Amino acid sequence: MVDVMEPQPLATVEGPPTLLIPRPRPRRREESAKEPVEPVISVQGLTIRYGSFAAVRDVSLDIPPRQVSAIIGPSGCGKSTLLRAMNRMNEFVPAASASGKLIYRGRDVYGAGFDPVDLRRQIGMVFQKPNPFPKSIFKNVAWGPIINGYRGNIEELVERTLIQAALWDEVKDKLQESAYALSGGQQQRLCIARAIALNPDVLLMDEPCSALDPIATSRIEDLIDELKTKYTVVLVTHNMQQAARVSDRTAFMYLGELIEVDDTQVIFTKPGNRKTQDYITGRFG
Amino acid sequence: MTQTTGAFEPRLARRKRVGRLFMAGFAVMSFVGIGFLAVLIVRILWEGLPWISAKFIVNFPSVLSPADAGVRSALFGTVWLIVITGLVSVPMGVAAAIYLEEYASNNRITRLIQLSIANLAGVPSVVYGILGLAVFVRWLSCGRSVLAGGLTVALLVLPVIIIASREALGAVPNSFRHAAYALGATRWQTIRSHVLPAAVPGILTGVILALSRAIGEAAPLLMLGALTYVTFVPEGPLDEFTVLPLQIYQWVDQPQAEFHHLAAAGIIVLLGVLLPMNGVAIAVRAWHQRRKAW
Repeated sequence: MVDVMEPQPLATVEGPPTLLIPRPRPRRREESAKEPVEPVISVQGLTIRYGSFAAVRDVSLDIPPRQVSAIIGPSGCGKSTLLRAMNRMNEFVPAASASGKLIYRGRDVYGAGFDPVDLRRQIGMVFQKPNPFPKSIFKNVAWGPIINGYRGNIEELVERTLIQAALWDEVKDKLQESAYALSGGQQQRLCIARAIALNPDVLLMDEPCSALDPIATSRIEDLIDELKTKYTVVLVTHNMQQAARVSDRTAFMYLGELIEVDDTQVIFTKPGNRKTQDYITGRFG
Repeated sequence: MTQTTGAFEPRLARRKRVGRLFMAGFAVMSFVGIGFLAVLIVRILWEGLPWISAKFIVNFPSVLSPADAGVRSALFGTVWLIVITGLVSVPMGVAAAIYLEEYASNNRITRLIQLSIANLAGVPSVVYGILGLAVFVRWLSCGRSVLAGGLTVALLVLPVIIIASREALGAVPNSFRHAAYALGATRWQTIRSHVLPAAVPGILTGVILALSRAIGEAAPLLMLGALTYVTFVPEGPLDEFTVLPLQIYQWVDQPQAEFHHLAAAGIIVLLGVLLPMNGVAIAVRAWHQRRKAW
């Protein structure tokens, strides 16, 4: 799946040293910033508590469609909590509670009577550590569609999904083998395949590369770049270069608060907030 | 090599000596257990093996002629009992474990239930016999039937199955549950497809322990009024019965030495029932464990 040689829109953003110098540059994404796009997810004054500790405080943030939105920030800043709030996975943490609104396609996910089970079919998730089921590669991909009543041909779906996840060529001859026979990077791509097999609207990725080596990481990044043509991706990462490489929008969080959100290029070249600048230049974190 | 000057005094030889001493102690303790078991088995085989024959298996017990006595009624009774016990205790125990581990919120009531179950596992089996007598034999009018016996023994082993199953379910990594929920699975779909299969080996260990205990129980059945001398096999769950441990007990109680040899032969039959049962469970567990990959 490396046939499409798309020009990487943010390839101009390089490693850390250049980040220090805000260069004057034409803002190519100016028009997209002006045009009001209907956000897929709109977080409005969301606070997430674990017991009495507020891990996310009064965050408001819009996730635009078919883009990669990155959430960055130091450890414990609440970025993973915010991500898990988007498909209500937080409720598996004991004593977690939420207040505020999280509007997905016009409906408040935290409103009364909202059922998170169907939400999670539409908002898929990839976890930090690859966590395939202890079953065959085929079943890993097929299970989600089956339990959600998929009516098409399941073999075709699995093949199509694995091709899309850039894993087909490596696994097509061993679909019935255990998913744990795969390498860590392959397992993570299988987990991505498992998530996109449901053709979700949004794909949440919680530091998907933090357990992987650089080569596996770059393959996942290439994959994310392709996935955004079809899906809305929200990516939590502690790797600033990764955010700079793959995301269109970047949100910076610190101590549970959203400090700043803007086009990735702006965040990494002329951030509006002092804290953002300190973080991306490596002064803390 | 060893630097004895400065801030450290390693005393490596002494530390290693202490280590070897402990290792030797642990090894001796484990061999004591195995040794006693070996002595026991050899003695039983020595006494009982000459008495094992087809006749011994198919004949009913006899108080007159030890040479014609057999374990037919006790063997059938034991099979009936273990089937009833298994059919009742395994589904109930696993279901209770699933509820406590996967559904119940961690509140005061749940903790109270868990504590009670742990305590129940330590209640002497005679007490279960009294309970069975009051509830199944008298109140539910099952009589001194194999059904009453099976239900009583099922209650007796239920805590063992619940505790083992809960531990097995709790050992399944949460990452599987989260992965399933994130695909839009309901709680039951998650349990059914991922949690339960991953917990099967541990659950089976509990089932083996429980049924092995059930097959050897005599005390609660005596309490229920199960007969020790039975010359018929149960035709249905409401028939009276005896089991191998009771038959063995009855023979040991006789003054003649021949009957003591019959008792040893009965123990061999009991082990003969137990081993294949455990063998099947161990095979299933091994098969599941091979697929376990995390």
